[in-house]
Amino acid sequence: MSLDTVKNALEHPDVEQPFAELGLKPDEYTRIREILGRRPTSSELAMYSVMWSEHCSYKSSKVHLRQFGDKMPENDAMLVGIGENAGVVDVGQGYAVTFKVESHNHPSYVEPYQGAATGIGGIVRDILAMGARPVAVMDPLRFGAAEHPDTRRVLPGVVAGIGGYGNCLGLPNIGGEIVFDPCYQGNPLVNALCVGVMKHEDIHLAQASGAGNLVILYGARTGGDGIGGVSVLASETFDADGPAKRPAVQVGDPFQEKLLIECTLELFREHLVAGIQDLGGAGLSCATSELASAGSGGMRVELDTVPLRDHTLSPEEILMSESQERMCAVVEPAHVARFMEICDKWDVIATVVGEVTEGDRLEIFWHGEQIVDVPPRTVAHEGPVYERPYARPQWQDTLQADAAERLPRPGTADELKAALLDLVASPNLADKSWVTDQYDRYVLGNTVLAQPEDSGMVRIDEETGLGVALATDGNGRFCKLDPYTGAQLALAEAYRNVATTGARPLAVTDCLNFGSPEDPAVMWQFAETTRGLADACQVLGTPVTGGNVSFYNQTGETAIHPTPVVGVLGVIDDVERRTPVGFAEEGQIILLLGDTHEELSGSAWAQVAHDHLGGLPPRVDLERERLLAEILIAGSRDGMVDAAHDLADGGLAQALVEACLTGGHGARVVLAEDLDPTVALFSESAGRAIVAVPRSEEMRFSDMCKVRGLPCARIGVVDGDTLDFQGHFTVALDELRTAHERTLKALFG
Amino acid sequence: MARVVVDVMLKPEILDPQGQAVQRALPRLGFDGITDVRQGKRFELELEGPVDEAALARIREAAESFLANTVIEDFTVRVEAEGEK
Repeated sequence: MSLDTVKNALEHPDVEQPFAELGLKPDEYTRIREILGRRPTSSELAMYSVMWSEHCSYKSSKVHLRQFGDKMPENDAMLVGIGENAGVVDVGQGYAVTFKVESHNHPSYVEPYQGAATGIGGIVRDILAMGARPVAVMDPLRFGAAEHPDTRRVLPGVVAGIGGYGNCLGLPNIGGEIVFDPCYQGNPLVNALCVGVMKHEDIHLAQASGAGNLVILYGARTGGDGIGGVSVLASETFDADGPAKRPAVQVGDPFQEKLLIECTLELFREHLVAGIQDLGGAGLSCATSELASAGSGGMRVELDTVPLRDHTLSPEEILMSESQERMCAVVEPAHVARFMEICDKWDVIATVVGEVTEGDRLEIFWHGEQIVDVPPRTVAHEGPVYERPYARPQWQDTLQADAAERLPRPGTADELKAALLDLVASPNLADKSWVTDQYDRYVLGNTVLAQPEDSGMVRIDEETGLGVALATDGNGRFCKLDPYTGAQLALAEAYRNVATTGARPLAVTDCLNFGSPEDPAVMWQFAETTRGLADACQVLGTPVTGGNVSFYNQTGETAIHPTPVVGVLGVIDDVERRTPVGFAEEGQIILLLGDTHEELSGSAWAQVAHDHLGGLPPRVDLERERLLAEILIAGSRDGMVDAAHDLADGGLAQALVEACLTGGHGARVVLAEDLDPTVALFSESAGRAIVAVPRSEEMRFSDMCKVRGLPCARIGVVDGDTLDFQGHFTVALDELRTAHERTLKALFG
Repeated sequence: MARVVVDVMLKPEILDPQGQAVQRALPRLGFDGITDVRQGKRFELELEGPVDEAALARIREAAESFLANTVIEDFTVRVEAEGEK
């Protein structure tokens, strides 16, 4: 193929171009022609096609995501907001924390190991690009039915990929989730979260300013990895018969990434970097256009200087390649020599590939001939924006009318016991050690809480004990029943999980996983979810700092449950004050905080006992969540609470089982007499937690709850080696442990 | 007894971190002039019966579905002649 230069495009305006194959719609192609005043060259077309893909441009979601800014609560902690690589939050003592969750769903279905591994690599570079040292990762995962043969292909690969990359990189994996549901059969969700720490003055932004500054590409060589991956992989629906399209999968190299991290942090320390951007989806197209677009001038790039792994690559392919472990920096000429020295020390290849110019164009040359001449903003920030039609689906009413509260409940003590054992052994509620044991949770030596705790917690200052806690949650079943409430429940749960450990919730990141935005029903779910989330963030005072949208998670006509995965970050002044889940001491008093309602729709009980999904999700009371969080934080700070666990999937029963098994102590529990035992045990009413307090603190703690108006009921005592629901049934911890721990091992071990 | 050899290599466009690590080590150890290294896997399968088309078809199936990850790897199947080592 001959080189398609700008000159050529002017001389031969009528060449037919494969815009449809690259995922562009006819009107988008027309718009590109209008912007340029001519047909695009093939390189320009490649750039626009990847940058205007759903994945990079957020063209369907933008109008809804604006609410996160418009409704942003007052929050002094926010240092950098949405739009940068990741949001940055002040956590005190001069420290700032940056965190973000992203999806790598489609690549992980095609090639589970590498897809999940490069998902970690990508989010780690995002955090690094903000100037922070990555300190921990988390992985919220969703798979198809646990017994399905394809889950046996996908899950072990994904878990091994996360472990393989994260462990080699030396980052602790401190939490996340694993959820099974048939709706994710052809569309597993592999989300990855990373958190990084820096001092306030170390924040770096992605922009190229200052004419004459040089653009340096450093890290791995560029190969044919994932070419078109962004537009083809991330924005197309899989056919029902599985992964037919097999574009070049990206393969990650965690050791290269480790060098990149240390090298980049040293470059930051010596103040050699004026602007920086990681190379992720859309590779160089994205990095050059975003850097130039955010800066004050233009940029000129000599593409033939890019170090290649495969010398047959065309300029279009180089622009689209998603080779991993690469970064792009803007550097003042005086600093280039030192920059190169540091890269050389870390064995990282670095090449000057261009410079910042006076003009306002992004110009790319190939052996002296111009192949790209575009206004960078039109590529990076001014892509198409769609107001997609949305409509509440007709089946929503039928679904909501089919309430789980009407399902038959266990009638006898034996049936209740059997229901509990079924529940704790069900794949969603079973012990996840088989997975989390494959992750290094303690490397770096600062992990104070990891799975199965409510949040992951890492210490960030060894002198003062300052730490951050992180939890991710997202119940797709609740969101399917009512996306507005479901999204708020996801936030409320993550918020509660952070507070339960004693940390003060500060900020939010979200990964919004949905079906096709071209389906009005899916778009309605998306609109409701974002509205619910933005409203709830406003009440809880926790701004959304960034995140990611993943559309087209559907097989044929069937979309996944709307699945917003919400990550909440909290801060704790001294990690010594943290509250763990497990009951640690005999004789301590167990208190139930919050109100229990008859709310079984969408619950784990309805799923396990009846394979049922219908009705309305539990109600949300955000003021109550706030109050509960304040009580939990105060209890932890003042040393009143020795253990605490939030109530969510599986209700009170599951929370007690986990607290008993984690702590190695049983409990005697009295269920509320005014509630049906099924409701008391398995209802998933929000805004609840259990705490264990020493006898000496019980009065003080319950008085505090009374004064603040939080319902607080004494429900039992930590005692023995059985879980005894008095007047109902008793079950030995050993029996519970066997049921709880064997499931995943039997399925995947 | 007949032997069939299945060679599995990463597809040419796929990054090979292991091969790269070897390539970087070579000049350090004094082996110059080697410009690229790609590392693969070799399976030697001993067959019970004759190597006919049916047997080879089964081996190809095994290679396709199990020995190689065809998302990122290519494979070749060949019969090793008697006495060849």
